Formats: sequence, structure tokens, C-alpha cells
Amino acid sequence: MARLTAGIASSHVPAIGAALDLDKTDQPYWRPIFEGYEWTQRWLEEERPDVVILVYNDHASAFSLEMIPTFALGCAERFAPADEGWGARPVPVVEGHPELAWHIAQSVILDEFDITICNKMDVDHGLTVPLSLMFGQPEAWPTAVIPLAVNVVQYPPPTGNRCWNLGEAIRRAVEDFPEDLNVQIWGTGGMSHQIQGQRAGLINSEFDAAFLDRLTTDPQALRHLPHIEYVREAGSEAIEMVMWLIMRGALGAAPSELRRFYHVPASNTAVGHIVLRADS
Amino acid sequence: MPDLSAFEDVPGTTLFTAERSRVGYHLNQFCMSLMKAENRERFKADERAYLDQWPMTEAQKQAVLARDYNAAIAAGGNIYFLAKIFATDGKSFQDAAGSMTGMTPEDYAAMMVAGGRSIDGWRSKSERP
Repeated sequence: MARLTAGIASSHVPAIGAALDLDKTDQPYWRPIFEGYEWTQRWLEEERPDVVILVYNDHASAFSLEMIPTFALGCAERFAPADEGWGARPVPVVEGHPELAWHIAQSVILDEFDITICNKMDVDHGLTVPLSLMFGQPEAWPTAVIPLAVNVVQYPPPTGNRCWNLGEAIRRAVEDFPEDLNVQIWGTGGMSHQIQGQRAGLINSEFDAAFLDRLTTDPQALRHLPHIEYVREAGSEAIEMVMWLIMRGALGAAPSELRRFYHVPASNTAVGHIVLRADS
Repeated sequence: MPDLSAFEDVPGTTLFTAERSRVGYHLNQFCMSLMKAENRERFKADERAYLDQWPMTEAQKQAVLARDYNAAIAAGGNIYFLAKIFATDGKSFQDAAGSMTGMTPEDYAAMMVAGGRSIDGWRSKSERP
């Protein structure tokens, strides 16, 4: 049977992708960020996940205001990097895992999560920047990826608790899949940042540190943190962190923390990263 | 009705609520059209004529022409859609975000390197002078 073995969370700042694509990783501004992911790159070479369920948000790339799915699962064979207005990132096409993706879709729908099934969905920096941070610049991504796009642009986004519960349902679905697969779930976005209005540039490192702690020390309260607390304390775009709770919900009662990294800034954003071993 | 009043209490911050999405629909869909290279070229050739093809308010069009992103957000724009405009201009998220604070690009970049804007005094409109 398939196993859900670990979770990774990371910010997905577009400027990090640009720094990689424009060969700026050795610049003093960017070097500490890429060094912060070297541990995880080595760890992933040992773990060799077969499939990553990658939770991210679309930034007005695949979805305009014409259709706004709260949860959209990518069931296609492959997903092209999106042109976000400055040309598509020069990264490999993302290979999906349609069999597992369709299995998850039908499982969670029957588990009462009315998920949207996507057979065509370009993937933007929200998905490709975490892949670049974890795998560098390979010719092809070393794992299949099932994109799970979450609406955090149009209010209201899903609640943290809803995200957590979906994570639990995804784990049940994965562990009910007959093929022997090593599956990881990644949560992306955050941490504190605000890219609009007079309050732009907000960073709240205390909030971020507490959030990272509470993923393992106080998750039951964390899942009920209301939207306004993310926004007020950590910036309007920090609402993306509800997506980390889909990952966390999939990791069981007591996952263990393997790695943590935090750095300010990347462009307007606090970079946060954590690796969690799933509770078996 | 859901109580969204707390969302209106965060200073210098506009959340993309249902009301704003309704008001800003055509502005944001205009932005989306700039995802295509040919549309970017048509927009750059004659911005006003391109905007006039969209059923946008005059205030929305003026905000776009002036690259006044605070005004665009006040008129229903969402930052991820407005990003298509500054991408067309070859500007970054940091350029655009900085422009909304009233700071110079240099001062804004220096604030970020120094750890970003502190939350102190920015939690509630009641804390602002």
C-alpha cells in the first residue's frame, strides 16, 4: 500500500525562482536562503519520494476571477509552468500521477470534500519555486507531483480547520491506494508578508516562530486560528499559511520535526521551512 | 451574514472580499488579459485605447494609467491581478509593494533587509494617528 511518510513546508517567493533562473544564487543577498535548503536536498536524495502532493496557491495564473475553486486537484499527466506575465520559468514540465490523483479525488469526495478535478492546469511559482528549492535545477523533476491548488486570493479562503480535515482525508486516501508508493505532502506559502497597501513589508518573526513551534507543540489550537489573526499579525499574504495545515493534518497526531530554517528577507517575505516525519 | 468587520480594522491593508471582487471584476480581468504577450504589446502601444475596450470605471482606468496601486486596490483591484501590470512594465513585486508605502525604493529595500516593517503600531486602525 502507499505510505504517507513526511511533510515539507516552505515559502514560495517568486523572486527566489528568479534568483535561481538568473543565476544569482551566489550573491550575498540570496546565498543564505539556498544554503538553508541544502540539508533538505540531501535528505530528499535518501528519502526518494515517488510522489509529492504539493499544496500551493495559484496567483491569478491558471484561475482568473471566472472560476475560483476552493480546492483544485491536478489529475493530469503533466502540468506546464505558467507564463505569469514575464514568460514561463525555465524549469522542467511537472509530471503528475493521474492514478493516485484520481484515487484521492474520488476518495475525498466520498469523504465529503467537494474538490474540483483539474485535467489542465498550468502551475505557477507557488508550485515550481518549492520544487526548485528542494531539488535544485535538474533536467527533469525526480518525483511525480500532484498539485493541490487552494484559493487564498478571494475571501474567504478555507478555514484552517477545513484544511486540516482535508489533510486527514488525503492521508486516508493515500493509505488506501494499493500500489507501494512513498508519498510526501508539501505545504507552501507564507510566512509573514504583506505585498499591498501602506503596511507592505510587514514581517512578524515572533508570529512565524510560534507558528513553526505550534505545528508540533500545539496543533489542535493552531488549526482553529481564525483568518484575521494571520492577517493582523503576519500580513495580508500570510493567509497562505492555512495551506500548511493541509500538510499538517496529513501527518497524524505527533509528527516529529527533522529540520527547520528561517530567514528574512526574500524580497518582501519571511522565508520559513520545516521538515516533519509523519506519525505512523 | 458573516461578520467581516475585523477585516476592515487592519491599517494600510485591503482584503479582497466578495464586495471588492464584484466591483473590481472587469479591472482584474483586464489585468488577466496581460498574461498574453500580444495583449501586452497592444496595451503598451496605446494604454488608453486598450483600457477603453473594458467596461471599467473611469477611476479604475485612471488608477491603471497612473500606476497608482493603492487607488487600483481601492477600486476593487487585487494585487495578484495587478501584478500583471507591473510585470508588463518590467517591475518586481518589491518595486510595486514599495510604491504603495510612500517610501523610496531604496528605503523600502533597506527596511526589508533590516528585518521588515515591525508589527508595532500596525495591528489596528485604532493604533494609527
